[in-house]
Amino acid sequence: MTETTKPNGAWDVFMSELNALAEDQADRRTLSGVDMLMLAPENWGKAAQIARSHDARWAGVWAEDLSGRFSVDCCLECQGRYLILRTAVAAEHPELPSHAPFYPAADRAERHVRDMFGIRFIGHPLQEQRWTRHLAWADDEFPLRKDFPAQGFPQASTPPDKDYPFLKAEGPSVYEIPVGPIHAGIIEPGHFRFQAVGETVLHLEERLGYVHKGIEKIAEGRDPVSLAKLAGRISGDSAVAHAWAACRAMEAAAGLSCSERADYMRGILAERERAINHLGDMAAMCNDVGFAFGYYQFGRLRELWLRDNRTLFAHRLMMDCIVPGGVAVDLKFDDCAAMKETIATLRAELSDLIKIIDANSSLEDRFLAAGVLSPAQAQALGALGFVGRASGQIFDVRKAPGYPPYDQLDLTVPVETDGDVAARFWLRYKELRTACRLLEQMLEQMPEGAVLADWRTPEAGAEGFAAVEGWRGEILCYVRFDEGNRIARYYPRDPSQINWPALEKIQIGNIVPDFPVCNKSVNGSYSGQDL
Amino acid sequence: MAWLMAIGQPLLFILIAPLLTGWIKFVKCRLQNRKAPSLLQPYRDLRKLWVKEAILPETASWIFSAAPVIVFAAMLLAAAIVPLVAVNLPTARIADVFVMVGFFALARTFLVLAGMDIGTAFGGMGASREMTISSMAEPAMLMVVFTLAMSAQTTNLSLAMQYVLDSGLVLRPSFVFALAALMLVAIAETGRIPIDNPATHLELTMIHEAMILEYSGRYLALMEWASQIKLMLYGVLIANMFFPWHIATDFSLEALAEGLLAIVLKLAALSVLLAFSETLLAKMRIFRVQEFLSFAYLLSVLGMLSHIILEVYYG
Repeated sequence: MTETTKPNGAWDVFMSELNALAEDQADRRTLSGVDMLMLAPENWGKAAQIARSHDARWAGVWAEDLSGRFSVDCCLECQGRYLILRTAVAAEHPELPSHAPFYPAADRAERHVRDMFGIRFIGHPLQEQRWTRHLAWADDEFPLRKDFPAQGFPQASTPPDKDYPFLKAEGPSVYEIPVGPIHAGIIEPGHFRFQAVGETVLHLEERLGYVHKGIEKIAEGRDPVSLAKLAGRISGDSAVAHAWAACRAMEAAAGLSCSERADYMRGILAERERAINHLGDMAAMCNDVGFAFGYYQFGRLRELWLRDNRTLFAHRLMMDCIVPGGVAVDLKFDDCAAMKETIATLRAELSDLIKIIDANSSLEDRFLAAGVLSPAQAQALGALGFVGRASGQIFDVRKAPGYPPYDQLDLTVPVETDGDVAARFWLRYKELRTACRLLEQMLEQMPEGAVLADWRTPEAGAEGFAAVEGWRGEILCYVRFDEGNRIARYYPRDPSQINWPALEKIQIGNIVPDFPVCNKSVNGSYSGQDL
Repeated sequence: MAWLMAIGQPLLFILIAPLLTGWIKFVKCRLQNRKAPSLLQPYRDLRKLWVKEAILPETASWIFSAAPVIVFAAMLLAAAIVPLVAVNLPTARIADVFVMVGFFALARTFLVLAGMDIGTAFGGMGASREMTISSMAEPAMLMVVFTLAMSAQTTNLSLAMQYVLDSGLVLRPSFVFALAALMLVAIAETGRIPIDNPATHLELTMIHEAMILEYSGRYLALMEWASQIKLMLYGVLIANMFFPWHIATDFSLEALAEGLLAIVLKLAALSVLLAFSETLLAKMRIFRVQEFLSFAYLLSVLGMLSHIILEVYYG
């Protein structure tokens, strides 16, 4: 992490209170430039309480089986600076105070850790409720423990998951709508359980995990190149961002920094990914309210850029372009000129298109005031990316703490405060314009040079942590190396994990047929959350 | 000859209805700057569905498998009442416009029952929305019918068209209001944008599609075909009721050919209008549908009032 944020008063007060929990000076370290605090397990809950009182944002939790004990890390963010809390629990008695009472965002993440490692979080309001664990594993099997084989113990058939305790609403004319996991359209699988009266939704509960691919397990034992490939496949629409986060973390562990040109190339890839996905989302939001014109026009613009990707980077989604030590692709002078031209074309077409969209009152009627996430709710959940920024949360990893190449670029982060579908639509549009400006700056300023540095094998036990602003928001990544250049632990935290619960809040009080557009306006990745 | 025509006309409805759907799709695609599928695509889709195996849900009762046949038959019978290329058909003497509305209601009843029969949440949801909408659309539809009946002094569609034909091009405010109201009702009743979206895959937003979500194979083909016929019925009703010119009044070959050409052109023009509105508008929020249909009702009432005031008292 580069230190772009100056130490300030609030952070210092926050840290001094937390430091009081750590026993001695040796418990304060840094991990890839990020402050890290070693805590005793009994202080784990206390730390969250202090963090909450300082309005720090809870960003993620991950664990690792270190034979005999489990190491547990929690990532917090305050004033644009990260802090990692670390503790260890004994394998015989794996219990830890829960953060969920202070941070709703910790709810599913902690249940994921419990399902994967068998660590119990005391004080968790939904302590017994499965999350990532569907019925493919027996009750005493914990897939991320070292003694669990990667191929698992496959059963002939998985029993039906019919006893999952969904929250029920009772009363006259209350009814329940189960939706999915198989949907009428070709989308990812996820189950939504609505409790409704007439068309008004009283409660929505998500049940995810249908695309659990064991990413964390199959990452173990990989070499850096193969981990970067795996990271690019966590969520197909975030191929660049996840690979970038994984590579940054691995490079931090290896003490390697890539060339300036490579940073710029990575930035170009990431901003192209952002632009393409925002175009796709704007198209899909139009489609979900039956406005086919917008759907096809935005979709056409997206397709043009995807085809450019294929020409320039040999892959429509730019998979495997970011590799440890740099990038596997480079832009020639002519390519840069051509890309600048396509940016100008996109901007001109968008100006025409957005006028039509803006003037369409029937579209406005559907977007405005639908699916409101209040700034207070967004703050409580720690909502990320366009979901957070449409509800007044200004956090953007590119801005603070910042990382190259963005620290050398002129970046303004657009923010809206209405928090409705319209705000998320217009925020995407503004981010799209920002991405175009960033691309132009990067193409202009990109220095000459090599794009790939030689890999340096990190020592056994080397750890790395990185944060990257993917198109959906902050992606966190933690890696630890084993000996022989092999990965011992890889944990990617997709922004979807944080943003999915926001959809539940958004839907309350809305009408059932508005769900698709509300869902699309948040557009969580099923694959990214399920891992 | 007359009876031949009376039998031939509903058959013509069955044959042309998919083409009309294909044409609307074609115009919409062109308006959205897209390549359009062939005009014959709806026929191919129907053929495909027809040969596919039909899968019935385990919970389905006889209602579920009977509904497609009943819905299709009801549309076919309604088609026998609405003059397509010629007026003065013998079937017109048997049934009037109320019978047509009755057939629509019969079809809807079974569609809704089939939606609820299988016990899925979507079927019930679609059925509930369909009934809500139809309870608001039907009064408006009936007011339009009353207005026309009062002008033409008959509820017989064939005679009413003959009346409009005989009186020539007269601008009646009542007819203008009734036409506007009927168009709004037609959009709601045939499940087009902005009320319903026939092209959607989003279960939770569906109305008509939600009720037929569990159908497959030839059952689905019948349901699709029936809704295509219904769309055409409304189109023909609007075209021939308010602009009956060039409809055949005798059964000579020239007159019939002219009538056929006329209705094809009228439907093509109406479809362009529909495609335009579907391209310009997003689907409305479901609770705005009542405003939409209240407006239709208001128009139909204004139509009747202007008939009474302008045409009866001062006429």
